[in-house]
Amino acid sequence: MNWIAEPFQYEFMRRALLACVLIGFTNGFLGAYVVLRRLALVADALSHSMLPGLALAAMLIGLNPAGLLLGGLFAAIFVALGGHLIASSSRVKDETAVAALYILAFALGIALIKYARVKVSLEHFLFGNILGISDSDLWTSYAISALTLLSLVALQRPLMVSLFEPSVARTQGINVGMLLALIIMLIVLAMVSSLQAVGVLLSLGLLVLPAATVYLLCDSYAAISWGGGIIGMAGAVSGLLISFWANIPSGPAIVMVLGALFLAAYLFGPKYGMASRWLLKRHLHEESLRRWK
Amino acid sequence: MNHDLVIEDLTVSYHRIPAVHHLSVRLKCGTCIGLLGPNGAGKTTLLKALAGLLPIETGRVRFRGREIADGRLITYVPQREAVDWDFPITVRGLAEMGRYSVLGAWKPFGLQDDAMVEEAIHVAELEGFADRQIKALSGGQQQRSFLARAWAQEAEIYLLDEPFGGLDKNASAAFAKALHRLRASEKLIIVSHHNLADSRELFDHVLILNGELVAFGETAQTLTKPNIDRAYTTKIFSGHTE
Repeated sequence: MNWIAEPFQYEFMRRALLACVLIGFTNGFLGAYVVLRRLALVADALSHSMLPGLALAAMLIGLNPAGLLLGGLFAAIFVALGGHLIASSSRVKDETAVAALYILAFALGIALIKYARVKVSLEHFLFGNILGISDSDLWTSYAISALTLLSLVALQRPLMVSLFEPSVARTQGINVGMLLALIIMLIVLAMVSSLQAVGVLLSLGLLVLPAATVYLLCDSYAAISWGGGIIGMAGAVSGLLISFWANIPSGPAIVMVLGALFLAAYLFGPKYGMASRWLLKRHLHEESLRRWK
Repeated sequence: MNHDLVIEDLTVSYHRIPAVHHLSVRLKCGTCIGLLGPNGAGKTTLLKALAGLLPIETGRVRFRGREIADGRLITYVPQREAVDWDFPITVRGLAEMGRYSVLGAWKPFGLQDDAMVEEAIHVAELEGFADRQIKALSGGQQQRSFLARAWAQEAEIYLLDEPFGGLDKNASAAFAKALHRLRASEKLIIVSHHNLADSRELFDHVLILNGELVAFGETAQTLTKPNIDRAYTTKIFSGHTE
């Protein structure tokens, strides 16, 4: 039984597990808003466009959480606001404008990384390395988790109204645009916190997969956010442990565990699952007979 | 009369093209008004402007003698296609959502709020469906679930955009019954509608629009052939060139 306890003996693993708890829960919780507001592709664009911001930060102030945060925000402003600007001032639609900008940003990022003052490998940004997580990374995660959870819980009512029906929310005096900007901000922050763990390319998995899984399982707004947090946390921790035992990179292991949960919910969810719908489908005659009685 | 919605010289543009021209009309609470006119007559634009979703170019709108500042007094129900019916919420949840505009972001639900929510579900005749997801309702029940929300909000003015669209005869009748119950409670109900045939049964007043006001008054006197012809055959400048 030694192999079960083994990962917990190492300092770096204990840190990494703690990071998984924080990042997994926060991303999963926020994911509910991403899924319900249909922002998954925008989030994907944001994750990619963080790269030039990161490269720029590495060039100017070196590698530290503040730099990464700045880089991420720079990217978000560039892609989210720029995309909105192009879409509203030309005939190009939102998703095309965002796609055009994010791929441009991504290319720019790859080119810029060469000029970073410190030696950084592209791979580190793209895939992260949760085992190398530092104290300051952990503190950044604490702060981001606290900010995200507090603001989402505090603004739950106006957020819910504007997620469901933006125009009705506007008639009630809710500033829908500000709330959307807040969600985008929080997405960037969550991605900054998961950067070290899973990297730019896989951060979307932590954000979208847990909430998408719960969305297939139940019908309550509260359950999707809290459940998303719990699944995100459990998935990240078990992914990390699996990566340790199976000796595979941690980022992909975490995303694969979350992805497996999503597919399982899609197939075997009791209410909306494909298999259960297929297996439980009653014969039409039996059903009509039952109604008749 | 202080109990009216008074629209004076209202002009509203949609994408910078004026869609409602210099409309002046006085609407009484406790009436159910059908907003009629051809496609592009400015029905949706007028509703959105009254709801505060579109800026007013000229003129003003006053309710009970004052400019409307409180969004809670007005409820706007968008066209069915604009609503995400997959959103995870029950009928009761929707009515509770209406209550948020009374309670604000943090104030907890009290006994009175719970009672309002139950009353709203009752007014919309959805008692048996309170815990059902809105996705699992029929079209007519979905429309009534929005009335429940509006009632819980304690709205005085109901702006409904094509609520009868896609409803069959029975569902329409049930929805009309719910609207008439609101009318009896002195609410002002403005409904955009495109079917002239059933307007006589549904509305006590009609407002016929074609970019500008064609006619307004009690249905029996206003929904006449000359008025209908004027609305549907005259071309009023809308900024569009064909």
